[in-house]
Amino acid sequence: MKQYRTHLLVCAGTGCVSCGSFKIKEALEKEIKAKGLDREVQVVATGCNGFCERGPIVMVQPDGIFYQLLKIEDVPHLVEEHLLKGRPVKKLMYVPPAEKQPVPKMKDIEFFKHQRLIVLRNRGRIDPEKIEEYIAFDGYEAMGKALSGMTPAEIVDEITFAGLRGRGGAGFPTGKKWAICAAEKATPKYLICNGDEGDPGAFMDRSVLEADPHAVLEGMVIGAKAIGASKGFVYIRHEYPLALKRMEIAIGQARDNGLLGEDILGTGFDFDLEIVQGAGAFVSGEETALIASVEGRIAMPRQRPPYPAHKGLWGKPTVINNVETWATVPNIIRRGSDWFQGLGTDTSKGTKIFSLVGKIANTGLVEVPMGITLREIVYGVGGGIPDKRDFKAIQIGGPSGGCLPAKLLDLPVDYESLTAAGAMMGSGGMIVMDDKTCMVDVAKYFLNFLQDESCGKCVSCREGTQRMYEIVKGITEGKGKESDLDLLEEVANVCKDASMCALGQTAGNPILTTLRYFRHEYEAHILDKRCPAGVCKALIRYVVLAEKCTGCQSCKKACPNDCIKGTLKDIHLIDQIRCIKCGACKEACKFEAIEEQREEAIQII
Amino acid sequence: MAGKTKLRIQDLAKIREKTKSLMTIRESEGRARVTVHMGTCGIAAGARDIMDTLLEEIGKANIPDVVVTTSGCAGLCNAEPMITVELKGQPPVKYGHLTPDKMRKIFVKHILGGQMATDLVLAVGSETVY
Repeated sequence: MKQYRTHLLVCAGTGCVSCGSFKIKEALEKEIKAKGLDREVQVVATGCNGFCERGPIVMVQPDGIFYQLLKIEDVPHLVEEHLLKGRPVKKLMYVPPAEKQPVPKMKDIEFFKHQRLIVLRNRGRIDPEKIEEYIAFDGYEAMGKALSGMTPAEIVDEITFAGLRGRGGAGFPTGKKWAICAAEKATPKYLICNGDEGDPGAFMDRSVLEADPHAVLEGMVIGAKAIGASKGFVYIRHEYPLALKRMEIAIGQARDNGLLGEDILGTGFDFDLEIVQGAGAFVSGEETALIASVEGRIAMPRQRPPYPAHKGLWGKPTVINNVETWATVPNIIRRGSDWFQGLGTDTSKGTKIFSLVGKIANTGLVEVPMGITLREIVYGVGGGIPDKRDFKAIQIGGPSGGCLPAKLLDLPVDYESLTAAGAMMGSGGMIVMDDKTCMVDVAKYFLNFLQDESCGKCVSCREGTQRMYEIVKGITEGKGKESDLDLLEEVANVCKDASMCALGQTAGNPILTTLRYFRHEYEAHILDKRCPAGVCKALIRYVVLAEKCTGCQSCKKACPNDCIKGTLKDIHLIDQIRCIKCGACKEACKFEAIEEQREEAIQII
Repeated sequence: MAGKTKLRIQDLAKIREKTKSLMTIRESEGRARVTVHMGTCGIAAGARDIMDTLLEEIGKANIPDVVVTTSGCAGLCNAEPMITVELKGQPPVKYGHLTPDKMRKIFVKHILGGQMATDLVLAVGSETVY
């Protein structure tokens, strides 16, 4: 290996890869070679930077220049200007919304400025497929410390004192879980890493596995020592091919270097890992269902207790933690529990990764300290709502979470506050919604997801999710009755009380929170047969406003169903019978001459 | 280093030192920053050789905290090849009429030693930028 003067760090997380970052990398390498710079400039593929909205992303070090939305055509110019002549290319830099001047340096960009990286500390910095690079940034130091200088009890105490809580959603104290399992007499004991991330809009586990697989692996070896396990499983859903590949490479490298297998680091400790691929059911993320899946059975939850820490995989004591939890462990051991304790709130310590999606300027992955307010996340890191629209709600915690309204924007993000507000931490998905989102429609979307993913074991969940979906679907179609709201609440509560696993117990959350904070929208659908946001197709129709129409024919060209009539410079007309209500005409109109109106209003006219 | 040899705890530190020295550049903020002026004039006058020499010396000395960048013509084309050396907290120093040998001398005296190679200095400080 030799010294290079410049490193180009090409983001190779799934988001950027799907935008073509590997092609950008190839083009960069080719161009650099053509310019004779290949002995001075190194191109490195890194894990996800988190700013997925702006991919493909390339970061130039040591200057710290951040390039975004790159295209193959930009590469020759970039190489010539920046690498050959030393002039950073302004037009490829990030320009914040509503500003004109680009921000050249990554550390100055709002999105990155407010983040505090622990779990994602190596993102965009190391090549996840090279173990030496992980080691260079203090990788495996914690493992060395734990295996050579700490007793199992000391490790458990350190994690307990740090106040680490499970990052998978429920927030059970990790140290406590380990202590219970460590106290069990039965052997062998097992470890499982839960990488079955199934929430729509959540992708932090994938990103951690892709960007820093060795951190997860290191955390698991430390956990193995703490509870006395000799075998572990990393459960990754098969829809994450890149994460699977990087984990496989990491495990292979660790074995080759004696960091997994027998006599790890010469300390006499044995532990090995195996990857299990999930077949793609949302319920597999529930710990007992996941265990069943690893054993080769259908992923269905079972009654708890006994908890897996007592009787888990093949009836043996098992600790099962989320990807993010495992990746946090080495940091705590390396830097000490006092350091970790100093971050976050009284009950929720450290940082949490959130995936920020929906109607937000900066879509992506953010790691922020616990206790940060929703406002700071949405308006600080996230850059606010695009197109100058208003914030309406934020959906937190995936299908089991809830929708919180604007008045709760100053809520601190920690396990307790979110649960009290009716949402939950969940795995950390955050979906931002603007005033053009219909809350009934959102509830319908999540219920459809849940009724699809319910495993069917408990009647309350199997029938309950289906029934709730049918009722809400009826409401969005204008078939709602006044009694529906009480019925919905009742079904949601029964589902909560009578279901065995967290899927059923939380399935009512989308309904209960939208009813709690947005009841007026349900009432508008039921009583006025009106969708205030103009989303529910059965309740709206698109009409041309005669006084604004210029007869430009843009809408006519945009209509996929050819149902707009009108010649040039004449007022156009939409054939309501054939209209499929796709809204393409409204988007195409430059004169705001197309409006969605309530179905009923037209009939009166 | 990544082979079939089983690592021991002390080996981790060795890998860390070795790899980190090649990667600190990704952490930004070096102790010294050397700009090789590579406009058309600089390249024609042999800036490429200066760059190669510089990188070679940095590699040999194994000092990771020197940032090397390029830039365009500095405006004094008859003094090319030129470099600018900036040590943290000190004004930039420009050297001109360079050869690989002079480059090595500057590297040892100024970049490593922190003392200006006064006999080769062209200018200290830089223009005011509006």
